[in-house]
Amino acid sequence: MGALAIRNIHKTYNQKVHILKGIDLEIQAGEFLILVGPSGCGKSTLLSMIAGLDHPTSGSIHIGERDVTNLPSKDRDIAMVFQSYALYPNMTVAQNIAFGLEIRKVPKPERQATVDRVAAMLQIGHLLDRKPGQLSGGQRQRVAMGRALARDPKLFLFDEPLSNLDAKLRVEMRAEIKLLHQRTQTTTVYVTHDQVEAMTLGDRIAVMKDGLVQQFGTPTQIYMQPANRFVAEFIGSPAMNMIDVLRNGPALAAHGVGLPISPAQSAALQAHGSAELVYGLRPESIGFASQGVPGTLRMIEPTGPETYATVETAAGQLTARVPGVLQATVGDAVHLQWQADQAHVFDRASGARVG
Amino acid sequence: MNRQNFHRVLLWAMLVLFAAWFLVPLYVMLTTSLKDADQLRMGNLLSWPTAPTLAPWLKAWSSACTGVQCEGLQPFFWNSMVMVVPAVLLSTLIGSLNGYVLSKWKFRGSETLFAFMLFGVFMPMQVVLLPMSQVLGWLGVASSVWGLMLVHVVAGIPSTTLFFRNYYIALPDELIKAAQLDGAGFWLIFRRIVLPLSTPILVVTLIWQFTNIWNDFLYGVVFSGADSKPITVGLNNLANTSSSVKEYNVDMAAALIAALPTLFVYVVAGKYFVRGLTAGAVKG
Repeated sequence: MGALAIRNIHKTYNQKVHILKGIDLEIQAGEFLILVGPSGCGKSTLLSMIAGLDHPTSGSIHIGERDVTNLPSKDRDIAMVFQSYALYPNMTVAQNIAFGLEIRKVPKPERQATVDRVAAMLQIGHLLDRKPGQLSGGQRQRVAMGRALARDPKLFLFDEPLSNLDAKLRVEMRAEIKLLHQRTQTTTVYVTHDQVEAMTLGDRIAVMKDGLVQQFGTPTQIYMQPANRFVAEFIGSPAMNMIDVLRNGPALAAHGVGLPISPAQSAALQAHGSAELVYGLRPESIGFASQGVPGTLRMIEPTGPETYATVETAAGQLTARVPGVLQATVGDAVHLQWQADQAHVFDRASGARVG
Repeated sequence: MNRQNFHRVLLWAMLVLFAAWFLVPLYVMLTTSLKDADQLRMGNLLSWPTAPTLAPWLKAWSSACTGVQCEGLQPFFWNSMVMVVPAVLLSTLIGSLNGYVLSKWKFRGSETLFAFMLFGVFMPMQVVLLPMSQVLGWLGVASSVWGLMLVHVVAGIPSTTLFFRNYYIALPDELIKAAQLDGAGFWLIFRRIVLPLSTPILVVTLIWQFTNIWNDFLYGVVFSGADSKPITVGLNNLANTSSSVKEYNVDMAAALIAALPTLFVYVVAGKYFVRGLTAGAVKG
């Protein structure tokens, strides 16, 4: 059994609103699990249930060998970092960090030692006597992590911890959380709506939507083999290009433009049978060439290391992501080319991956 | 004089006028309470005391007649103190607990319960006189200091609950959740986290309750016993006890004595009062 196992969790409010519709997840000790999805997908509700702050209508939650479904939060051996940090405003940083230990009747010298250890780890030693109101956002974030670390829990929970920080600090703290996890190897569940956080931090990612897990896998699996159209479009920036296509025997075409597919995909499509499909291409799969699909450059967005180019083709609008600076001007006639096996094909009706 | 200066002067003139208007009664009370009987007889309400004396204050405090007994306001003052202080503390404590539950430990029907409690804020006192005396009779505390205390606590709970509930609703829920994860329970969270964050609203509620209960006359006259009449009843009796001459100076001194404790509370804690009423919430 894994460090955390979630079995067939359902949640209904007032017998009407179905928030979670059967969630099954399992991770091993030391793994970093990301719950990611748009707002309203149920990821925060699921985290609350793992924390014991909310209770499932049916299903069970196991931490290690224990079934904790009906245990109160305090008996679950978990610690949580909240979006608003939720530091106790009436206590100093040191008191905040030690509060959980104090309640668990840890002797004072031991508490002091823990506070010092955690403060050293997070470099907040100079802040210990301050109140949370006197700290900056990043410092509060550190203290919140310190409070969670002090208890040395079996499971770490993070609820969108970086969403209140500015862009630069967010990247710094993201790296710090990653380093911290590498050091402590504590099993972690991390909720975010930011796909970059999901990709950079996670060992395993559960992409959620409408109360269901759309795909559960490693970041590479999620990115390279998205299970359906939603996952494909949600992960990756700029988003995957999606072209509505029709299958004609073994070939695919959009508005009369033939689109390349690999033999394996062709076989999968034939077996699938459906004629109405969606052809997905990551922007970085597309390159400029002297031949291929013809089109007109509509927009150029340089970011420095790479350039996003939007091209109008007969098949539809495509965004290409090319390295460096693009030597071209809007209105130029260009040709786009890509490897057939880079394409993702989804069923248009169900959105499921076909090949 | 330019336009802006003219407006300034006008504004100040109005403010001074209104301030004077509201301060005149206090001036009359203070000066009258310091005049002797001779000066009173001259009948000039606004005159300055020519021979200031504390005799009316002493008489009002310890020897003026309130009906047949002539011990001044002193016994009533202590009756009030003994009854008001516990009633204020109890109703405030219960209000803060209620507010804590109604904002942070909501249960099915808690919003409805709160809505019903709000009725209590707007209900006129006279409505409960008869049923309340019935209940006090059943409980065996009619005409006693305990009964009066109970009535004031019960009557105060709706407003104190309202104050605290609206204050606590602004405390982030995540604070409570974090404390729960830290292992704290209902009472520990209340004592260690919620109460220490309540200073402004505590002060507001204490002042509010103290003023209300200290100044109450109706419940005091209806529910108190012969030996537990509060100061408002004492003042009423003192002013209504007729002798050959109406001693306005003693009446004024007595009224001021009755008002002093609330004035004192306002002066000491007044800045919190305004701050708490306007701020309403201190973000956590």
